Amino acid sequence: MEILLTVILGFMIIGAIYALHANDLLSAVIAQGIVGYGLVICFLHLKAPDLAIVQIVVETITLIIMVAVVLDSSRKEIKGKIGFKSTVNIIVGLVFIGFLIYFFNMATGSLDVFGEHALRMSETYIEEGAQKTGAANLVTGILWDFRGYDTLGEATILFTAALGVLSVLRLKGKK
Amino acid sequence: MKGLTPIVKKVAQLMSGIIFVYGIYIVVHGHLTPGGAFAGGIILAGAFILLILAFGSEVIKLKKEETGSSITESLSILLTLILAIGGLFIGTKVFFNNYLPKGEIGELISAGAIPIYNILIGIEVAAAIITIFLALIIFKEEEEER
Repeated sequence: MEILLTVILGFMIIGAIYALHANDLLSAVIAQGIVGYGLVICFLHLKAPDLAIVQIVVETITLIIMVAVVLDSSRKEIKGKIGFKSTVNIIVGLVFIGFLIYFFNMATGSLDVFGEHALRMSETYIEEGAQKTGAANLVTGILWDFRGYDTLGEATILFTAALGVLSVLRLKGKK
Repeated sequence: MKGLTPIVKKVAQLMSGIIFVYGIYIVVHGHLTPGGAFAGGIILAGAFILLILAFGSEVIKLKKEETGSSITESLSILLTLILAIGGLFIGTKVFFNNYLPKGEIGELISAGAIPIYNILIGIEVAAAIITIFLALIIFKEEEEER
């Protein structure tokens, strides 16, 4: 199980690296799609169909919008020269990556084996969730009952995003 | 924005209805099968986006559609909040309390207020995605007019 996940994650990393180095912006967007659809397979493999449905639909619609945007723009990537400022940026980035790898290594040592970790709270959710919420789908039961505030916040984020897009992208003011 | 060829238009006409019904199924059965408000809402929005992409902006009056979708979005999230505030007055008096009768597990009409929340947020998500998409298209057209 972990071998398949590793292979898919490797493909996702290759796709992301290719998206950075592609000359054509359209192929960069398509390569970015590898990351999203690879994540769909990962979710399905880890038995999370709810997340997989959301991920595949969101990925498709964002890809459509990105392709429409790229087809309408110049498609060529503008390349700048490496000056003093970008050298400092690269060094800072490398140092940050080093720190991240070090602390991830430290953190993974104290975790349980992959897939065998269950919090004390989640046992109650799994055993009594169906009786307490009345929903046969445990994920929806948790989303709308135990974790209702989170879901309300998520819906509010989408609402605010639409408000922001509407107010930023308006060329003609209202009378 | 131009429309596409007649073949694409016909296929989009045939498919979008099926996609729309599938989205409604995902939203309404959110408390029984995988899926729910967010997945179903985006599928619902996808049916409309398919139609808009295939037919272009001459057939559908986009400005009017945008006003309608933003009003729908605001109304559905307002109704969600009102339904959630209702929990403050009934039963154990907690915000977001599931105060409707639970019913039998596995039935279509069960789980109290969860299906209603699902339907309302599904409408909200669909309307939000359509609003963002229409805002992008209208922005492009207004820029071309200049």
